Amino acid sequence: MTLATIIENLGLEVKSASGDLTHEITGAYVSDLLSDVMANSKEGQLWVTLQVHPNIVAVATLKDLAGIILVNGREAEKETIERAEEEKIPLMTTRLATFQLAGKLYGLLGEC
Amino acid sequence: MDAEKAITKVQELVYEIKVNQVMVTDVITVSPHNLMSELRVLLHDKRISGVPVVEGTTLVGLVSIEDFVKCLSEGKMNNLVRDRMSRDVITLYDDEPLVRAVQEFDRRGYGRFPVISRENGALVGVITKGDIIRGLLKRIEIDYHEEEIHRYRASYFFEDIIADKTTLIFQYKVTGKDFSRAGRTSSGLKKTLRRMGIPPKIIRRIAIATYEAEMNIVVFTDGGEITAQVTPREIRVEAVDSGPGIPDIKKAMEPGFSTAPDWVRDLGFGAGMGLTNIRKCADTMHLESTVGKGTRLEIAVQLNGAVKHDSGDHH
Ligand SMILES: Nc1ncnc2c1ncn2[C@@H]1O[C@H](COP(=O)(O)OP(=O)(O)OP(=O)(O)O)[C@@H](O)[C@H]1O
Ligand SMILES: [Mg+2]
Repeated sequence: MTLATIIENLGLEVKSASGDLTHEITGAYVSDLLSDVMANSKEGQLWVTLQVHPNIVAVATLKDLAGIILVNGREAEKETIERAEEEKIPLMTTRLATFQLAGKLYGLLGEC
Repeated sequence: MDAEKAITKVQELVYEIKVNQVMVTDVITVSPHNLMSELRVLLHDKRISGVPVVEGTTLVGLVSIEDFVKCLSEGKMNNLVRDRMSRDVITLYDDEPLVRAVQEFDRRGYGRFPVISRENGALVGVITKGDIIRGLLKRIEIDYHEEEIHRYRASYFFEDIIADKTTLIFQYKVTGKDFSRAGRTSSGLKKTLRRMGIPPKIIRRIAIATYEAEMNIVVFTDGGEITAQVTPREIRVEAVDSGPGIPDIKKAMEPGFSTAPDWVRDLGFGAGMGLTNIRKCADTMHLESTVGKGTRLEIAVQLNGAVKHDSGDHH
């Protein structure tokens, strides 16, 4: 399933779309601990988090993640959006809490 | 490119390439007012399996070799195309990804689909399975070439350099406590290594280890320096700071141990996993520290064979 389809299905608000929205999403990783994401996320996955500072873009770039979803109605810092544009990391937000968002995402992607 | 990589590449490409990038645009069409007998040259002699029927620029139907043969056997070759064509034609839009075309070919078993413009509905081309395969092969070849050029660049660095020993050194300054710039060093090093054509798996390991070292300098010190040395055999990364130092290295190496203050933890750091991540990514790891003076971390990842020996020689 492409990121664009996921965005549409979950009604995500797109904050940065300079990256590739047509890429196939292979799964997702949910965590707010950066070194946990560094250790355990996999290339091509979406990352669900409530961290909003610019460092999340560095983590996503270093791990070749497919995009970041900020939950709980959190707004990305201005610099985070700028870095996401620069590094071509798709950045989305949702009003849903982590549990709801992860549940819906699991419904779409299944166990991958 | 090995087979598995080629297949994932194709899977990627069918989403990336649009129908209008591979379709044939100089389409042979007929008018609904043509006679069926006039189709002989096209359908029978030229062996085209179906021809779009167009009035003005609008697609009104499709006439196939079957329609023609049926007409022939009924001896009604003076019928108008209009009366023998099929009217409910399955079409594709020009801006759809190839994967849509592949799905339609699978589902319908037809040999070709007319392509129409999403803007004005006009017929703009025709696409066959052959067009898709040609389009994909061409793109893979281009990508393959680019990969080759890339590889050449990497080898250029080392093999074309005439010296007994070659080492490329990249240096980065890391500012302490500056979270807005944090991650620049590891991102920058990653891009540099990619440009050199270093294998992605190696790059990922270096990127993770460098990131964790960089973040430790940002979080726990007032700044430091990260140096990467690349030789044909290995990549070595050294992170040096003149911060507070680590009183008990063995303890610091334990997964989950962290002295990060609460406000740093709120930002998602301080899981106590950084040094563990570094140890897992590096072939060798060396960490030394003097309280009040600073900390020096050195890791290495081997390039040849890319074999990982698990014992980090930390003390
Ligand atoms: N450069 C350094 N200077 C001083 N202390 C350090 C340095 N690097 C690590 N430490 C100490 O070692 C501990 C463990 O480091 P480690 O990177 O494993 O975890 P962390 O940084 O606390 O959390 P995480 O890396 O998961 O965000 C730190 O909490 C800190 O006390
Ligand atoms: Mg750390």
